[in-house]
Amino acid sequence: MKEFKADLHIHTCLSPCAELDMSPLAVVNKASGKGIDIIAVTDHNSAENVLAAQRAALDTDLTVLAGMEISSSEEAHILALFNKVETAIALQDIVYSNMLPGENDEKMYGEQIVANEYDEVLGFNKRLLIGGTLLPAQDVLNTIHSLGGLAVASHIDKEVFSIISQLGFITEDMGFDALEMSRNMERNTAEITFQMYNSYAWISSSDAHHPEDIGKRTVSFFIQEPTIEEMSLAFKNIDGRKVEWE
Amino acid sequence: MKLSDLVEELSLEVKSCKDGLDNEVKGAYVSDLLSDVMGNSTDGDAWITLQTHLNIVAVAGLKNLAGIIIVGNRPVQDEIRQKAESENVTILVTPLTTFETAGKLYQLLK
Repeated sequence: MKEFKADLHIHTCLSPCAELDMSPLAVVNKASGKGIDIIAVTDHNSAENVLAAQRAALDTDLTVLAGMEISSSEEAHILALFNKVETAIALQDIVYSNMLPGENDEKMYGEQIVANEYDEVLGFNKRLLIGGTLLPAQDVLNTIHSLGGLAVASHIDKEVFSIISQLGFITEDMGFDALEMSRNMERNTAEITFQMYNSYAWISSSDAHHPEDIGKRTVSFFIQEPTIEEMSLAFKNIDGRKVEWE
Repeated sequence: MKLSDLVEELSLEVKSCKDGLDNEVKGAYVSDLLSDVMGNSTDGDAWITLQTHLNIVAVAGLKNLAGIIIVGNRPVQDEIRQKAESENVTILVTPLTTFETAGKLYQLLK
């Protein structure tokens, strides 16, 4: 089994709240420079910068997973993780047809830049990506799974936009593949606070919105290769696969 | 005041557990964050919310709330009604907004 260092929750300049210097290329360079093996590009309700990040990483050892951080109708954030950009775009089609109406106010929320792998601006996304979608959390989970992806509850220790803050608690029926702790959560504290969820795999990620945040928290996957399928086994602790963080 | 009085005064539609209409309403709590309701609502409150996730049933049961009032005629799925029926949680629905519902309830309960 090989060890892969992973930061599975990174925003790019497509997320209105992320810095403009979080271009797909810059994110890939920064992650590679920090010795990270796997990242996931997880912009709010959009996957339009995934392709650029995957292309930017083509000649590197870095694996870029195709992700998205979806806001459910209850305003709970859920990470979707896939191998292929096409699958993330299929999810994006569903998300886009279930968006709250309205355009992004760049002055209020920030710009939403779609870029290519050479750091060139391709355009500005005008959708209200910062808002919630009309998709209930359970529909989001079911959709992710129907597309073969992994569903992770974002930053469950946060008092806003987490499945616990919005929906009180997590049930097995929801079907989360893993739960994420925010980067400042200590493992020891998490084990006390979230003891009732110790049957789940836990991850922790940087949730980076600024370049310097990338890799501030990573997890180690012990798997054969950096794929969703192997990570799924690690989440279930099957066949010697596992995921760890301190 | 009983839950059945509220049903009459506010023309609420009963979606589950008619047996609960005898529950005494001691107060009310307004929130859409279930973690907040778990922390801050009190025994016997009528809970006004737009939240229709399945977890509302467990929260209402856990906190021994008098009942749940769903605002804005939001649809309550069968799965939630069945769960509420088996957990003895009364769900009521109103076409009114949260503001209007809370205002009327405040007048009735004060």
